[in-house]
Amino acid sequence: MTEDAAGPLLEVQGLRKTYGPRLVLDDVDLSVGAGDVVCLIGSSGSGKSTLLRCVNLLEDIDDGRILLEGREISDPLVDQRAVRARMGTVFQAYNLFPHLTVLDNCTLAPRRVHGVPRDEAEARARALLKEFGLLGHAGQHPDRLSGGQQQRAALVRALCTEPSLLLLDEITAALDPELVGEVLAIVRRLAEQGTTMVLATHEMSFAREVATTVCFLHEGRILEQGPPEQILTAPREERTRQFLRRVLPG
Amino acid sequence: MLVATAATVLVVGGLVLGVVSSPGWPTVQQTFLDPFHARESFPAILDGFWLNVTMFLIAEPLILALGLGLALARQSRAPLLVPLRAIAVLWTDVFRGIPTLVLVFLLVFGMPSLGLQGVPTSIFFWATVALVVSYSAYVAEVFRSGIESVHPSQLASADALGLSRAQAMRFVVVPQAVRRVVPPLLNDFVSLQKDTALVASVSLFDALFSARDYANFNFNYTPYVVVAVFFVVLTVPLARLTDALGRRYAERERAGAR
Repeated sequence: MTEDAAGPLLEVQGLRKTYGPRLVLDDVDLSVGAGDVVCLIGSSGSGKSTLLRCVNLLEDIDDGRILLEGREISDPLVDQRAVRARMGTVFQAYNLFPHLTVLDNCTLAPRRVHGVPRDEAEARARALLKEFGLLGHAGQHPDRLSGGQQQRAALVRALCTEPSLLLLDEITAALDPELVGEVLAIVRRLAEQGTTMVLATHEMSFAREVATTVCFLHEGRILEQGPPEQILTAPREERTRQFLRRVLPG
Repeated sequence: MLVATAATVLVVGGLVLGVVSSPGWPTVQQTFLDPFHARESFPAILDGFWLNVTMFLIAEPLILALGLGLALARQSRAPLLVPLRAIAVLWTDVFRGIPTLVLVFLLVFGMPSLGLQGVPTSIFFWATVALVVSYSAYVAEVFRSGIESVHPSQLASADALGLSRAQAMRFVVVPQAVRRVVPPLLNDFVSLQKDTALVASVSLFDALFSARDYANFNFNYTPYVVVAVFFVVLTVPLARLTDALGRRYAERERAGAR
């Protein structure tokens, strides 16, 4: 973990979350330094998505604290919008706005939330779309695009606000296998550029390649975490070994 | 194609033949389909019809604005807006329940008799208000169903981008909701266009009142048919226009056929 003097970028302490009687997250501690790529792995229902939704305040938490750059954001008095405006989120089902063109999808938040003038927002969006091979689709509506293109567009939309933290919630899970590669290529590039990311994923080989830390979640707890080579090849816990046997080929 | 044409000719021909050969047909032709009376009553009905059109053109934007406002008020979660939400619910319940004609009577005769200073006494004014009040209740429900049909993940997405609830409504939810409810809205528009004829019952010289005036004076009902034609001519183009709009949105935004 690359903790510099200023402390971690994101810190989760003793997080607990319930849906009615069901305990979804239990005493979760997580620390993410600037430039870290944290991969959350675990079977479905283990709490990966919920953890991400708690971090960007889409879910209320029952107990614990979440700190962004040392300031507690789980405090109910904190302006949630201001916090969310500093994080980028990409969802499994893209969630692009179907009535807006790709370009307008990308400039909505910069213009309306961050007050960037239209020209500037569009110039920045076009530059990012170009970088990710989508410039030709800027004027089209999302439903004209393939799944992979839509997910790349959703990534660009999240990046347009220049977030200090990117949250990716199983962004390749809804894609055809041949489209997964083009999306992961972008995430890989972002990781190389030093983007801080927390991502829930089922792509183990990808996690091994880009993650600085891998967290294995089981029944709402982070059962173990560490560098990918340790977690994915020589896990300490039996549960982790069982999970990896199921998802890893061979 | 050939079969379709033959079938159509047969069915339509049969119906026409049935009507034309009925025992009362000559009388009907005389009292309802007299070209002379149609020509004679036409100018007065046209004059009156402008009143219907004017009323519709004034009422429709107000109804759309008020209906959307009511739907949004009902949808709001802010604690500060709870009274507004209660009013919106009550408004819909009450005004959707009262027959439009009754509402026209109540407002046209009731409001001026309050004798309040500054309250208009014009029949046209209060008849228009009655239509706005009645139809806003229907249109509000149409908008509300549209708003609720937008998937919650769209709101989550807007939240995640840092948009406020009001911004999410304005830029994300409402635009999608409106596109979806255009067909039912059109239905209400057409209904409203026709219901402007209700004002004939409070002695406003609209198309229907002019027709009745002529019919009672000349003992001929042809003007009613003329009025019917006027309203049909007005509503059909609107229906086609809405179809075309819907198609354009669909082509642009749902090309993937997913």
